[in-house]
Amino acid sequence: MVHQYKLNGYNIVLDTCSGSVHAVDEVAYDIIALFPDHSREEIVSAMLDKYGHLPDVTREEVEACLDDVQALKDAGKLYTPDTFEPMAFDFKARNTVVKALCLHVAHTCNLNCQYCFASQGKYHGERALMPFEVGRQAIDFLIAHSGTRTNLEVDFFGGEPLMNWEVVKQIVAYARSQEPVHHKNFRFTLTTNGVLVDDEVIEFANREMSNVVMSLDGRKEVHDRLRKDYAGRGSYDLIVPKFQKFAKARGDKSYYIRGTFTHNNTDFTNDIFHMADLGFTELSMEPVVCAPGDPYALTEEDMPVLFAQYELLAKEMLRREKEGRGFTFYHYMLDLTHGPCIYKRISGCGSGTEYMAVTPWGELFPCHQFVNEPEYSLGNVWDGVTNEKVRDEFKLCNAYARPDCKDCWAKLYCSGGCPANAFHATGSIRGVHEQGCRLFKKRIECAVMMKVAQAQGG
Amino acid sequence: MSRIQTIETRDLNKSVA
Repeated sequence: MVHQYKLNGYNIVLDTCSGSVHAVDEVAYDIIALFPDHSREEIVSAMLDKYGHLPDVTREEVEACLDDVQALKDAGKLYTPDTFEPMAFDFKARNTVVKALCLHVAHTCNLNCQYCFASQGKYHGERALMPFEVGRQAIDFLIAHSGTRTNLEVDFFGGEPLMNWEVVKQIVAYARSQEPVHHKNFRFTLTTNGVLVDDEVIEFANREMSNVVMSLDGRKEVHDRLRKDYAGRGSYDLIVPKFQKFAKARGDKSYYIRGTFTHNNTDFTNDIFHMADLGFTELSMEPVVCAPGDPYALTEEDMPVLFAQYELLAKEMLRREKEGRGFTFYHYMLDLTHGPCIYKRISGCGSGTEYMAVTPWGELFPCHQFVNEPEYSLGNVWDGVTNEKVRDEFKLCNAYARPDCKDCWAKLYCSGGCPANAFHATGSIRGVHEQGCRLFKKRIECAVMMKVAQAQGG
Repeated sequence: MSRIQTIETRDLNKSVA
């Protein structure tokens, strides 16, 4: 399966099933499109008709290019057949281990963000804080079900996790005490809205947290429109200085400034550039997840605007990189030589099998976006996964699970997409969140274009 | 000069191993 597109002056050819990327000129671009369904002579004739007026397009040149295309096909780098589908259905038999937990240490929040997928942190339930005993049992559950894996991930999430900060610190201390006993290495992440960040939080997080995710939507008027406190006051002025101090203190440790864009700011690149201009260099900006009828929901009319914005972002990032003031955008981070293997690309994010969310009362869900969806309760941290039917449903929810994706060039980049987004959009984890799918494909096209530009010194 | 530049990538088929 081959995908061809033109972007920022580059002609790009992706070979889905080998992972190969080719940058080609106009003649090769057309030859590659014609090659599967036309004879050699038909292609030569068509190329000479179209490009014969150019001095470097002769019969010999076109023949040489055809030979190159055939050589790439023979080398398994072009028109590579899809032989992976049978592997996808072996996944139910694969013995997976639990690698990561998302600990919902606080189902409460000190902000009242209008678009919050977690209904202001309470997940459509009651306000709750995780007791240390539940957190300790969650750590024990993770260790017990992690097999021989050394690195274990724990994300402190909410709601706002800093509203249960003492328990966070107790859980970290307990996990650290178990590392030498079980030969494990915990990597912690903290996701915060910033309101309660102070010097003590910064010092502890910089010592113990491998990653910190800080929520900021960009420009002050954009951020304050939806991220208000319960008195209706915007939070930008309160949190930005704290985040700047936090990010600066991180040193070489990871952090992300993570924003959400909505129908209100379809010019979201201006928010990303604002983050960069504030001095932040590790950035992530996500489309809002909400019901289609919400006033801030992205619409069909927004889509071409968003596509253009993603292209603008890629071009500007290349420009700033040349000027020595580059920044990272999460979805444009591609490591073409050391990226995920085919098993990872088929199996996807790991939700429901390798990754689970833990509620304040110890119930397990496939991920944070399924919390309090009763039919997706997996079990609890004391008894483990008792709902094997749901777990197996997630094991088989992969890049080959959706008939709509069968002939899609992007399926080994998106792994079939986010089950939670599919569930909320279609009622099935095997559905397709069509809007998210189209945005994803545009992001991948932009990310690959940046790699081509960098390879060509552009 | 070749009209095709292949960017170095991880071969997904080889990653099966």
